[in-house]
Amino acid sequence: MLALSRVRKLFRGAPVLDGIELTIRRGETWGLCGPGASGKSVLLKVMCGLLRSDGGNVRIAGVPIEQADEPTLMGLRARFGMLFQNNALFDFMTVGDNVAFPLTRRGGVDPEEIRSRVADRLRAVGLAGSENRFPSELSGGMRKRVGIARAVIARPDILIYDEPTAGLDPVTTSKIYDLLLREREETGATVVVVSSDLPPLLRFAPRIAMIYRGQLHYDGPSSEAADAPDPIVRQFLRGEVEGPL
Amino acid sequence: MNSARGWTAPVQLVGERVLEGIEEVGGMALLLIGLLRALVPPRISGRELLRQLNKMAVSSVPIVMLTAFFTGSIMVIQSGIFVKRFGAYGLLGWGAGYAVLREVGPLLIGLMFSGRVGSNNAAELATMTVTEQIDGLRALAIEPIRYLIVPRVLAMVIAMLCLLVIGDLVALGGGALLTRILFHVEFSSLFHSLFDNLKPWDFLIGVIKSIFFGFAIALTSCHFGTSVKGGAIGVGRAVNDAVVAAALAIMVSDYLLTLVLR
Repeated sequence: MLALSRVRKLFRGAPVLDGIELTIRRGETWGLCGPGASGKSVLLKVMCGLLRSDGGNVRIAGVPIEQADEPTLMGLRARFGMLFQNNALFDFMTVGDNVAFPLTRRGGVDPEEIRSRVADRLRAVGLAGSENRFPSELSGGMRKRVGIARAVIARPDILIYDEPTAGLDPVTTSKIYDLLLREREETGATVVVVSSDLPPLLRFAPRIAMIYRGQLHYDGPSSEAADAPDPIVRQFLRGEVEGPL
Repeated sequence: MNSARGWTAPVQLVGERVLEGIEEVGGMALLLIGLLRALVPPRISGRELLRQLNKMAVSSVPIVMLTAFFTGSIMVIQSGIFVKRFGAYGLLGWGAGYAVLREVGPLLIGLMFSGRVGSNNAAELATMTVTEQIDGLRALAIEPIRYLIVPRVLAMVIAMLCLLVIGDLVALGGGALLTRILFHVEFSSLFHSLFDNLKPWDFLIGVIKSIFFGFAIALTSCHFGTSVKGGAIGVGRAVNDAVVAAALAIMVSDYLLTLVLR
């Protein structure tokens, strides 16, 4: 579904991603972790064509995106649902309009059907009846859930969650991951999750990768990550103070 | 070694500023190309356009009316000093009207519009950029230029045009009122002086200027809003840069338009 080969991304000449090799199969759930400023969010944006790589190849559903023009990229992006780190809810729209937005903008869906699907998604994320509220009236956890409802409403092939539980308390974190799990089971979509919150990520994603200074240091089963041969991975996964990090 | 560095530092600073300036102008040129491409075919979100028009034009009417009233009044007071000295009361309407319609009206309303609407637009877009709302649009396969920028640019040009017409009327009305109070000149003789000596072209020059000013404010505020880097500090810097660039663009375009349209 997603294939990256020798991908490089530079910011002001400095590599942020350096030789990323990665294949994510259809229906797979893949987790990504790593210390702050290691390139996690950049990798996500390169994966879905929001940022262009400076070297290597990125393929979305077999289509190379390096030379793709904007309309082609738009078509490919329509296959994604994305939850951003800051939720990226449009603060000038109500919750209902935010969630409905992917459907209303793409067109072809009856307004009554949109209303019903919005109500259904909001019910699924525990925010039934919040259609007329504005994002500024919601708590961080509620905004996150609205972001998830918006990401999944158009039934995308690939779901990308960037730090879905950042800044949330443990109970809300568990609720969010329960929600992600239900959405995954319902949709069967390919899921990519970036998180610094390791225990729930390891439970949620059967396969995880660790990125450090723009390079993937581990990509394999979650259950074996803490015993990886790379000391950087071991230290990060075990949360040890002493080590190369 | 140190003295050489001391000598080159100002040159390097100037060079950096020039390059930054070129980068910004290039960014605006790219935005302009993107805007033109987004207008073909002209698929504009009517709802978004109306929302922006309401926010930019309707809510700016009171402040523009206030500015225009005082602008017209100041013109009367300034020209009144000489009118009184030479007893040329018949020229009072023409003097104030000529200055308001051709120059002071569009300029002051443009600067007021930039301070109120342009800065707000830059702040809103910059906040949307740093909170990933613009990326959010792109991730939803929506072109930000078509959805966000085109309605704002159109709304600003239309709003500036409408506000200028309202402002001109209020400025002339305010000027007339003050003329009556300060110089005891009848409204009828004032308006005769205005309509006998001024041509539609004098009004149209202001209208043309307002379109250019509206476009300049829109382009600068949208560019600095969407090219912001950093968090809250970046937003503040973007607003500041947008207001300064818009004021500069208004002055330069006013100078060029005055040369061409005189």
